[in-house]
Amino acid sequence: MLAASTTPVDFPALSLLILLPVLGAAVVALIPRRQGDIAKVVGLLTSVATGAIALWVLFAFESGVEGFQYVSQHPWIDDWGISWHLGVDGISLLLVALTGVLFPLVIAGVDPHHDHQRYLAWMLLLEAGVMGSFVSLDLFLFFVFFEIVLVPMYFLIGGWGYDQRVYAATKFFLFTMAGSAFMLVGIVATAVLAKADDGAVTFDLVKIAENADFATSTGRWLFAAFAIAFAVKVPLFPLHTWLPDAHTQAPTGGSVILAGVLLKLGTYGLLRFGVYLFPEAAVWARPVFLTLATIGIIWGAIAATMQRDLKRVVAYSSVAHLGFIVLGTFALTSAAVTGGLIQNINHGVSTGALFLLVGMIYERRHTREISELKGLQKVAPVFAGFFTIVMLSSIGVPGLNGFVGEFMVLIGSFGSARWWVTIAATGVIIAALYLLWAYQRVFHTEPDAANSSFPELRWREGMLLAPFVVLIVFCGVYPKPMIDRVQPAVDSLLAHVEERSGWSQPTPDEPVVPAEEPGEQEGED
Amino acid sequence: MGTDILDVMETPVLDWFALSPLLVLLGAALVMLVVGALTPPWPRHLATAVTCAAGIAVGVLGVLLWRQVDREGASLLVNDAVQLDKLTVWSMLIAAVGLVMVSLTSDGFGERENLAQPETHALYLLAALGAIAMAGANSLIVLFLALETMSLALYVLVASHRRRTASQESGLKYFVLGGFSSAVFLYGVALVYGGTGSTEITRMLVALDRQVDLDPMNETMMLAGVALIIVGLAFKVGAVPFHSWVADVYQGAPTPVTSFMASVAKAAAFVAMLRVLLIGLGHWADDYRPVIAALAVLTLVVGSVMAVVQTDVKRMLAFSSVSHAGFMLVGVEAAAHLPGTLESDGTSSVLLYVLVYSVLVLGTFAVVTAVSGHGDASTSLDAFRGLGRSRPVIALAMTVLLLAQAGVPLTSGFVAKFGVISAAAGEKSWLLAVLAMVSAVIAAYLYLRIMISMWVADPVAGDDARPPVQVSRPIAAVVAMSVAFTLFVGVLPGPLVGITP
Repeated sequence: MLAASTTPVDFPALSLLILLPVLGAAVVALIPRRQGDIAKVVGLLTSVATGAIALWVLFAFESGVEGFQYVSQHPWIDDWGISWHLGVDGISLLLVALTGVLFPLVIAGVDPHHDHQRYLAWMLLLEAGVMGSFVSLDLFLFFVFFEIVLVPMYFLIGGWGYDQRVYAATKFFLFTMAGSAFMLVGIVATAVLAKADDGAVTFDLVKIAENADFATSTGRWLFAAFAIAFAVKVPLFPLHTWLPDAHTQAPTGGSVILAGVLLKLGTYGLLRFGVYLFPEAAVWARPVFLTLATIGIIWGAIAATMQRDLKRVVAYSSVAHLGFIVLGTFALTSAAVTGGLIQNINHGVSTGALFLLVGMIYERRHTREISELKGLQKVAPVFAGFFTIVMLSSIGVPGLNGFVGEFMVLIGSFGSARWWVTIAATGVIIAALYLLWAYQRVFHTEPDAANSSFPELRWREGMLLAPFVVLIVFCGVYPKPMIDRVQPAVDSLLAHVEERSGWSQPTPDEPVVPAEEPGEQEGED
Repeated sequence: MGTDILDVMETPVLDWFALSPLLVLLGAALVMLVVGALTPPWPRHLATAVTCAAGIAVGVLGVLLWRQVDREGASLLVNDAVQLDKLTVWSMLIAAVGLVMVSLTSDGFGERENLAQPETHALYLLAALGAIAMAGANSLIVLFLALETMSLALYVLVASHRRRTASQESGLKYFVLGGFSSAVFLYGVALVYGGTGSTEITRMLVALDRQVDLDPMNETMMLAGVALIIVGLAFKVGAVPFHSWVADVYQGAPTPVTSFMASVAKAAAFVAMLRVLLIGLGHWADDYRPVIAALAVLTLVVGSVMAVVQTDVKRMLAFSSVSHAGFMLVGVEAAAHLPGTLESDGTSSVLLYVLVYSVLVLGTFAVVTAVSGHGDASTSLDAFRGLGRSRPVIALAMTVLLLAQAGVPLTSGFVAKFGVISAAAGEKSWLLAVLAMVSAVIAAYLYLRIMISMWVADPVAGDDARPPVQVSRPIAAVVAMSVAFTLFVGVLPGPLVGITP
């Protein structure tokens, strides 16, 4: 990541990833209501095309190389030093691909029941916003996308959600916006304080990260301003309370996207903008983040165990899973950060699929109460089979994708954050507890009268779930292509951190750096 | 005898072209008052057409003057009583935009409410005249006269809905409080004159440069004068704790008048504030800067919090307007770090903000005008319920405008907020910047409430019995202009940011 290496491509792939959905949304919104079917086709085609470009980016990406690829830079607001600067590296690559894959699946597979056109338009705008956030290399541009994402999501929850949707949507909007408020000041402050000697202000991420030299306390304040926004987005304990509401009240498609990619904006942001811009402060704040992540893992798991609503179980499991990702990020070792990034994808796939399955249950039974569901395995064995695979992936059973990320995080963190990992590892066990218990109550025993007519998985639903299952198995069995693409970027990021903060990754030979013992954290520079 | 006096008296050289926008407004207003009184009722839309034409003429002249200022630099007119610089022209442009939009809004409004057309429009023209003169005034006396011209027109406009007691009541309230604040302002002017020996804004600094050490008496008098002037101007911009009139007057006034007060009048007051504080009283910047900061914090927080707890949309938008004034004050505070010049980031952030906010608020209140229905009374949150179903296009436009006011990116509102935050950060006013953003989040809830009401609130029995919302063409045009500007500036802020003085 030191010098942005540019792949000479004439094809503005990343710009298209953003502009294509915007265009699609505009077209969908403008098609007259009578021709709703055309709008559906247009929406689907747009998202498929965007997904195809995202996958092309994924496969054409030169693995094993650090630095940004597909860079495109155009001036936007010259007076303020803001440019349309896009690029993708190992840290954002997989998230871009995940976004590209999830959206067409959700658009094709989940029916919003009413106002299809508006729903589609919001979905496509959401896709543009998420894509933009992942590929922006300009602080201002990133903020624009990061914040604009709120609007479509707000309307998706508010317009197509369940009973408490207004409350959930408003809470989601205000929580996230409150976090962003600090980040906006942080972004401006970063640009102003990093002003070059010639007085030119720039919001360019790479330039600021490589050239700026903040005073220690300044860097910490700035880091805090960014970190609050991302901590809300992740969400990190104790800022997570918007998540169960938003996830539960959102329509199924919204939940999938929310869990699948929106939360990743937080973990991605922590790494890209927190750690990369303010290495010293990130190292300084490690104990706080490790602790909050660990609390989140345990808290989320316990809370998930106690839920009566199946969707809330999945929602709280997200809190726990995201805790693992943050743990990996702030363990600041190559394996842990890579594991965290891979866990981003795994969580998106498996939790996305879980939300789809829960949505299907709701479609059939019009309830998500665990106590109302019983013995579904008897009447719908194929459905139960899919649910089992996805659930096992979420638990982190070896051979499925969830295991890879979690294992890499745990093993990578052990050297640098031993005590936190020790506690966090119990979260893995509780995860097995709450998911298996929920499964047992919903799928086992004999179905009662209400559940005995539970329809089996339909062909279309199977087609929707199949790609998820393929990904779950493939990433679990052969994660190497992913790791190859992610690791160089992570290593160069960590080299950047080590160079600027005095942090050093523990080598396998000397597993624990004495200064990193929790007891001796206070007063560390 | 008379000839002798004329021989002695020096009449100022007049640059007629530079004054032409004011003359156009004055002429149009007089024509409308006189001719309107002498002729039978005017055909529909005629008064609107005249006002629009005057507004467009001011706009065109403003652009020409802008070029002139660009070429030749700023100049003083009428014996140094009026300053012609980019700030003045900027206010001219805001006034022009405001006139066009508000006359279109009040066109349909006047017909619906059966209110006299030419008189109302004449008052708008006079208020705009006062606003431009206020922004350009280089003499505190002229400033006061302009302020009064604008205010007197507004007092009448606020009370102009003859069949609505709320309008009358708010007119009276505004008149009493406004008169009181004018008196306070005038007293401040007197004291400052006593301290500096001049009422000319550009000459005060010179006067002070000669006598750097004011004697303590003088210093006290000056500080009192500065304080009183700030109070007077703070009242006009609706800053807390001088905001108590805002909610009642904005709610009671005919809706188009409210939009005019929130845009043109507020913009002029802010430009005057910049000019007086930075140029005239720049010497005391270190003394009044904390006061401005305190005003800004109070205005931001009280405005947003009070906005959230209202149930009437006009009242909500009134308090939101207070909160926006807080944002502008943050910009003024940043500008006050560099007194003596009007070319700082702070100044341009305020100017950008007032322009952007003016266009936003004119569009927003145009929608409110349409929704308020016959009698201009149904402005409660419930009146907006289901607008997304019954009038999706107008609801979508309103949503864009509200999101812009909330400061969501890709709208002009975000660009304006970003400018202010940048200016504050540039002067290291971190606390103000953070508080401004936090109060923006609080205020966002209020815009969300209106959006929820429009889009997702469940229909209540009896909703269908409400008269349907009629959007007249002129109002639709105003909303379209406002939305187009909002989105254009949001997506491509470069040009506007580039020309902001």
